[in-house]
Amino acid sequence: MAKIFALLHTESDGSLPKAARETLAAAVNLAAQTGGALTVGVLGAGAAAAADAVAGCGAAAFITVGDHAVAHPRYATDAAAATALVQAAGAEIVLAPNTSRFARCLPGAAHRVGAQIDTHIVAVGGEGGAVHAQRWFYRQRILGSFSRTARPWMLLVDGGVCPAWQGPAGTANAQEVPVAFTAEDQRTTVKGVQAPAADAQTIRPDAVLLFVAGAGWTKKQKDGQAHIGDAGVLIQGFLRSAKASLGSSKSLVDIQSEGQETLSFMSHMNQVGQTGSTPRHAKGLATCCHGEEPHAVGWRFINERRAVNLDPNCGWAQGKADVVYVADAFEVITKVNALLNA
Amino acid sequence: MTNGFQIVVCGSLVPDPLQTLEPVTTPQGPGLKNETMLPSVLDPWAAHALFEAANLAKQIAGSKVWLVSLGPKAKLQQLMMTVAQKAPFELVAIDGSASGFTDAHGVAAALADAIGAIPGLDKSRLLLFGGCASASRDASVTLQLVGERLGIRDQFVGVDEIKVQADGSFSILERIEGGQYLSSTCQAAPAVLAWATGNLPEPPNNPQIGMANMRGVMPALQKAKPAAVGVGGIAYEKTEIPAQKRQTRIVKDATADEIAREIVEWIRS
Ligand SMILES: Cc1cc2nc3c(=O)[nH]c(=O)nc-3n(C[C@H](O)[C@H](O)[C@H](O)COP(=O)(O)OP(=O)(O)OC[C@H]3O[C@@H](n4cnc5c(N)ncnc54)[C@H](O)[C@@H]3O)c2cc1C
Repeated sequence: MAKIFALLHTESDGSLPKAARETLAAAVNLAAQTGGALTVGVLGAGAAAAADAVAGCGAAAFITVGDHAVAHPRYATDAAAATALVQAAGAEIVLAPNTSRFARCLPGAAHRVGAQIDTHIVAVGGEGGAVHAQRWFYRQRILGSFSRTARPWMLLVDGGVCPAWQGPAGTANAQEVPVAFTAEDQRTTVKGVQAPAADAQTIRPDAVLLFVAGAGWTKKQKDGQAHIGDAGVLIQGFLRSAKASLGSSKSLVDIQSEGQETLSFMSHMNQVGQTGSTPRHAKGLATCCHGEEPHAVGWRFINERRAVNLDPNCGWAQGKADVVYVADAFEVITKVNALLNA
Repeated sequence: MTNGFQIVVCGSLVPDPLQTLEPVTTPQGPGLKNETMLPSVLDPWAAHALFEAANLAKQIAGSKVWLVSLGPKAKLQQLMMTVAQKAPFELVAIDGSASGFTDAHGVAAALADAIGAIPGLDKSRLLLFGGCASASRDASVTLQLVGERLGIRDQFVGVDEIKVQADGSFSILERIEGGQYLSSTCQAAPAVLAWATGNLPEPPNNPQIGMANMRGVMPALQKAKPAAVGVGGIAYEKTEIPAQKRQTRIVKDATADEIAREIVEWIRS
């Protein structure tokens, strides 16, 4: 019987992130498919209470590391805690959310427990002792299905691939696993999270719509002039009205690092694509963006796609978008904003 | 900070992202159609790491940059024609597959061995740089595994900024969820920094730097040890490009009003 371990972490306020509940659902399914025994481990501030919050998931045991040393994400202490949890669980298959916290520390923990690790898992399933997984290679270009026979095997599951586990809270009677953190583990001090100012908060992972702005917004328009100020007003107005998340092409944010005048509320953090993010949204609207392949690979997980571009032969028109409006985005977004605000 | 940093950048080649990639099956496991013929570039996030390393080394006297690359020797040689003009570094080459289907665990072992064998490397001054993920395997685990093998316990992933203080401590910004940064300080090297894009533009080609680098590049390529990296413990069942081409509807000759109405309807649906 496979020993399946769902390894989760809390946020600094003690809650479980959505990605953790999604991974828990994947682990519950996998335990059912393989007839395996499920253990849940939680690491971070308020770990024991978080274990109680998922007490009804059917796990045979709950273990935690809630020590002050793991109150904030830090590689050395997180890796030590995760190592202790995986060992205490005697885990063979470890499922964990592919959050920034675990993406940082779990490869190291895998090394310490002699495990193999795969990340960005988009599907996992099994029967008997066998477990199979899927992930993308070459930045969302090639989908690979694979398995490993080595145990332990850690799989970091991407956010948004499983519905989040929902069920009754209860009393998990979680066992706290002692970890001997050393001074060496605490050479790094976490200062905190730098969030963009409220009015500059443009990246909204939970938004239904992704709005991508391309370099065209900064280019000379039909009157021979660039209209960067107008572009900024239109884009910010749209984001407010449509409650959309803002993505960018590389060219647009590169203009900024090259020191030219551009849109001040954009940074490389907004960049979508090969060297940017691959966000998950139900809809995406690309404006003044050509839709070249290194950009479009970042749209792998955007379901419905539309684009506004002056060029009828732009990349989006080559089977990458459902609809391409051949039009001036300045004019179209002005009208869209008016309708949204009407 | 008296002696400067020893900055080792791990970075290899990947197919030019403008190329079409098609999976094929080879006796060694999955590969790409015409893989040996595909034009390559330095892995983009690793390239950012290299530019940041060069910038840091320029600011802090006594620092030095190495570029450790695992890839087919002949392709590495081609790649160096362009990369060597970007930033001063000493190349450490390892001859082996740069395929995205190779197992990160084997790659990390080969990289750690090569780094451990760099003469005069002083771990107390070591900053291990690389990309936060490759454009090939895209796993974001290799650098952490190399760090563990080298006994480095301060690691940062998705880094956009390092600021070094006079005493050798440094502050770091790492990308986390929702467009936010995690801000940390670390007492001193050694540390692993897996870079996102950082904040520097790509440096222009500098033929003088290129000439200086090339003196070391050819001997490094000649000395390149073979590494038997492959699919390792991964049993591939299938590699495919799922059909994703859409029947694009192209709307020409509609007024901005008509288009706006349609877009708003779609957003609200
Ligand atoms: C190694 C590597 C990595 C890369 N990584 C990324 C990445 O992560 N993300 C990414 O985006 N790119 C990436 N690229 C770059 C990519 O190849 C393209 O160069 C980039 O996406 C182009 O950006 P763009 O479409 O905004 O700009 P452009 O190609 O300049 O296109 C501007 C578009 O705006 C349109 N336009 C102009 N004015 C208007 C108007 N008034 N109304 C409507 N349309 C208008 C034009 O018709 C044009 O199509 C990468 C490239 C390489 C080599």
